[in-house]
Amino acid sequence: MTLLDVQRLSKRFGAVSAVDNVSFDVARTEMLAIIGPNGAGKSTCFNMIGGQIEPDMGTVLFDGTDITRDTPQKLFRSGIGRTFQIAAVFQSMNVREVLQTALLSRDGRTASFLFPARRYKGEEADELAASVGLQDFLNTECRALSYGDLKRVELALALANRPRLLLMDEPTAGMAPDGRQQMMRLVRSLADKSGISVLFTEHDMDVVFNHADRILVLNKGQVLALDTPDEIRADPAVQAVYLGEEA
Amino acid sequence: MLTGQILTGLAGASVLFFIAAGLSLIFGVTKIVNFAHGSFYMLGAYIAYTLTEAFGASGLGFWPSILLSALAVGMIGALAEITVLKPVYKAPPLFQLLVTFGLVLIIEDLTLLVWGPEDRLGQRAPGLSGAVELLGTQIPSYDFFLIAAGPVVLGLVWLLLNKTRWGILVRAATEDREMAAALGIDQRILFTGVFFLGSALAGLGGALQLPKGGADLMMDLTVIAPAFVVVVVGGMGSLTGAYVAAVVIGLANTFGVVLLPQATLVLMFLVMAVVLLLRPHGLFGQPERAERGHTPGAGYPAAGAMEKAIWSVVLIGALLLPLAQDDFILVLATDIAVAALFATSLHFLLGPAGLVSFGHAAYFAIGAYAAALISQQIDGPGMEIALASAPVLAGAAALLFGWFCVRLSGIYFAMLTLAVAQIVWSLCVQWTDLTGGDDGLLGLWPSDWADSRMVYYYLTLALSLAAILLLRRAVHAPFGFALRAGRDAKARAEAIGIDVMHQQWLAFALAGAAAGLAGALFVFSKGSIFPDEAAIPRSVDALVMVLLGGVGHLAGPVLGSAAFTLLHDQLSRFDQWRLLLGIVIILVSTLAPAGLSGLPAMIRAFAMRRRI
Amino acid sequence: MTSPQAANGLTIENISAGYGQALAIRDISLTVAPGQVVALLGRNGAGKSTTLKAVMGMLHLRSGSVSMDGVTVSNRPVHARARTGIGYVPEDRRIFTGLTVSENLEAGRRPADGTDAWTPKKLFDLFPNLAPARDRHAAQLSGGEQQMLALARTLMGNPRMLLLDEPSEGLAPVIVDALAQVVKTLKQEGLGILLCEQNTVFTAKVADRAAIIESGSLQYEGSMSELALDDAVRKRYLAV
Repeated sequence: MTLLDVQRLSKRFGAVSAVDNVSFDVARTEMLAIIGPNGAGKSTCFNMIGGQIEPDMGTVLFDGTDITRDTPQKLFRSGIGRTFQIAAVFQSMNVREVLQTALLSRDGRTASFLFPARRYKGEEADELAASVGLQDFLNTECRALSYGDLKRVELALALANRPRLLLMDEPTAGMAPDGRQQMMRLVRSLADKSGISVLFTEHDMDVVFNHADRILVLNKGQVLALDTPDEIRADPAVQAVYLGEEA
Repeated sequence: MLTGQILTGLAGASVLFFIAAGLSLIFGVTKIVNFAHGSFYMLGAYIAYTLTEAFGASGLGFWPSILLSALAVGMIGALAEITVLKPVYKAPPLFQLLVTFGLVLIIEDLTLLVWGPEDRLGQRAPGLSGAVELLGTQIPSYDFFLIAAGPVVLGLVWLLLNKTRWGILVRAATEDREMAAALGIDQRILFTGVFFLGSALAGLGGALQLPKGGADLMMDLTVIAPAFVVVVVGGMGSLTGAYVAAVVIGLANTFGVVLLPQATLVLMFLVMAVVLLLRPHGLFGQPERAERGHTPGAGYPAAGAMEKAIWSVVLIGALLLPLAQDDFILVLATDIAVAALFATSLHFLLGPAGLVSFGHAAYFAIGAYAAALISQQIDGPGMEIALASAPVLAGAAALLFGWFCVRLSGIYFAMLTLAVAQIVWSLCVQWTDLTGGDDGLLGLWPSDWADSRMVYYYLTLALSLAAILLLRRAVHAPFGFALRAGRDAKARAEAIGIDVMHQQWLAFALAGAAAGLAGALFVFSKGSIFPDEAAIPRSVDALVMVLLGGVGHLAGPVLGSAAFTLLHDQLSRFDQWRLLLGIVIILVSTLAPAGLSGLPAMIRAFAMRRRI
Repeated sequence: MTSPQAANGLTIENISAGYGQALAIRDISLTVAPGQVVALLGRNGAGKSTTLKAVMGMLHLRSGSVSMDGVTVSNRPVHARARTGIGYVPEDRRIFTGLTVSENLEAGRRPADGTDAWTPKKLFDLFPNLAPARDRHAAQLSGGEQQMLALARTLMGNPRMLLLDEPSEGLAPVIVDALAQVVKTLKQEGLGILLCEQNTVFTAKVADRAAIIESGSLQYEGSMSELALDDAVRKRYLAV
């Protein structure tokens, strides 16, 4: 039951091989974490799957369809939601407006001059906000939100097209420790409820080991290990280059 | 013949390289796009003229005079940096740009005061006044000297940047100014030094081309567009790139004269367009770094009751204006209505779309010329058809050029729009059969029913208002929301399915169409059209109007255009109006960066601070 | 009053600073003596990085003052603060990627008062990984090497006080251990260090005192050993 199948993905930047022959798969409703030191190729890998960077080699299959060179726009329409490492939503809008914009885009109305955008599907936007716990911030400007709440807006945006796969780059970076667990519990419950698979990168090992079904460890652009949390924790190769003795 | 062309092109390339190298250095460290760089080049030529007239009869006097000119221009550049630019280093980039344009105006008028309006011809260089025969063509010896001077200066500047501590600090500050400061590097001294070096290089270029091309008051803006093109094609901040690009562009320029005498600049800009499409950061350039502490773009809340009331009063005032029975007031009010539409169309790009265009006058001029030519061809309802087709044609042109422009971002986008505007301007000047060249097109008056100041005023008011309201509607419509989403966070917007580039492309066309309508309305109010309407100063006028009014508010461009038109009317009564306008631009950019529409907020903030 | 020459380290008195309208830190007071490592702890967004930036002058102070060895620096621009002996190593390193490793060090060089100045040679001894890379462009370094270079570059200015922002972030745990060794060495040589860190293991290895920031205000200050015993504080602010 593979939803996402990544095969032999590679990318070089000049002399540096950022991602080198990386293959893995994500099963339906699975939460797969990618970990590794800075510069291991996590973000590059992620951005290639998300359409932000074009791979040099390799293929990405989503539900059997080749999406390797699809634009982010197309991926969104195919059912892949994406959140970014540094939460950057539309600073000049409030929460409801941001979500209305996503709904307008989903419905293919972004070229329209015919009606004020603020009147479009306000209720659905409010429901979307409520689903990530932002019901009290509908009229708050995004620039006034706390970072944790901004991350929630990102999540709501990614959910706007009822995705089957969520790509989350550092979903909890910059959040307070209790907020992190809360965030991942929210993701988990959304995933279980709607049958969504989640592929995420993360630095916080508590988050990774508490919430991932399987863990992919990258080092210097290559796959070091891919296994369940318990196996990864015990893997001597992973300990040597990454986790060290404390883990 | 061909050898001659190539060598002339290479000699020109050296001069272009001196200017572009200075521009690139200054941009690299200070992140300022220095419009006044062409003025430094012009000053180099004039100062060298004075010095060589006095001492240049022998080689012993000539060459030191050239070097002295470069040094003097370097000092002037450093002085301008200390007095005028230092106060705006923390302002948004557009304000810095406007300040440098204020400098252009000031230097132009001062040069006129000192050297007078006549063109000056320079002394031949002693010992290099002859010519050498090569493959049957007479090549001036001086050309060979210039061709050699390019790589020599490139080498010297390279050594300075790579082998001296000062050069390392300059390169460090080019990458990250704040971090350089945190390491104890005093940027103020570094910036002044870079301005000295950059300006001296421009001055050197001006002084060295004096024996070939002389000195005149148009040099500043004539050279700035090719210099920008060289910097952009080479890649911002790359010296080697600037040299290679100068050679490519120098040759394109020379062959342009031979191949396309009606459109000499077109070839050069085509080269640039092709390079940028293949390499969006130029031949040797790096992707731009996102500036730290970037100010978030404005949101545009729906108008409140107070705002609506104010606009109703303004509109009623505008409708009642003809009661004053004063033709002069009506002419001025018509000018304001045209300017308001032009400025609002540019604001649509600057504000909601987040696209900084340096060449918006192109679409104003295309609309104007289209309207003029159509009304000349058609008897009877010429004006009506012209007014209807001008926005369509200008929009179509914007659709064409915009397709290229929106593929770039930031400074590269701005430069390409400027280049496009220069193509349009050069066509207006050179395609005399169609456009009348510098003589322009005359005798373009409204249809009989509209041929009174009052009726034409109402017509202009109605059409401008309709177009402004349409643009305003676009901001609040789904189109505008998706546009703003792309401006605020591009990758984020794309990941929710918005095609940001497509959205920007359409916005560019829409703004172009609105500017075209403004151009058409302008033609019939003046009865004539000249190439000046496509020139750089016209594009800058629009920028000044928008910034004077404030980017952060939809009412900004209307306020700004009214204020600018009235100000311009007052200043143009003086002989030295450029000087005065330059000073006003610099003062406004320095003192009121939020513009007129930002004044209430500024006053509130000031009052709050007083209370605390 | 202290005499201006006294080497009494960094004194931060009641500083407040912020972005736009909001205050990100309020009334923070701290001292760091020479040879002392003070760890600034707290959640992300609590105001740790803001505090360092405000000390360095990258953020305008709304109130309060900062002095280094008795000299008030809070009215001076960034580069002048660096010249009083405060060195800053930012969270995202901000090395000059277009410069070589050696050129990065040169960019950071400032003459020392005494004779015992840092040289590239001494720094290559301290960070052996950097030596073979001296002529390479900094962009080609690994994350750990970039962190080493950022620290080495700041040391070239011969600071007497270091502001270290999340030095262990994103580094593999094995590199973090090496970094802790370096910080201990610097401390023994008499440098004062104000350290922002999330990594509690790293902090425990090097810090003498701890200060906890929550929502922009200082909530706790004490020695590391006191903090280790105070479960209530640790639970409340550090959630460990």
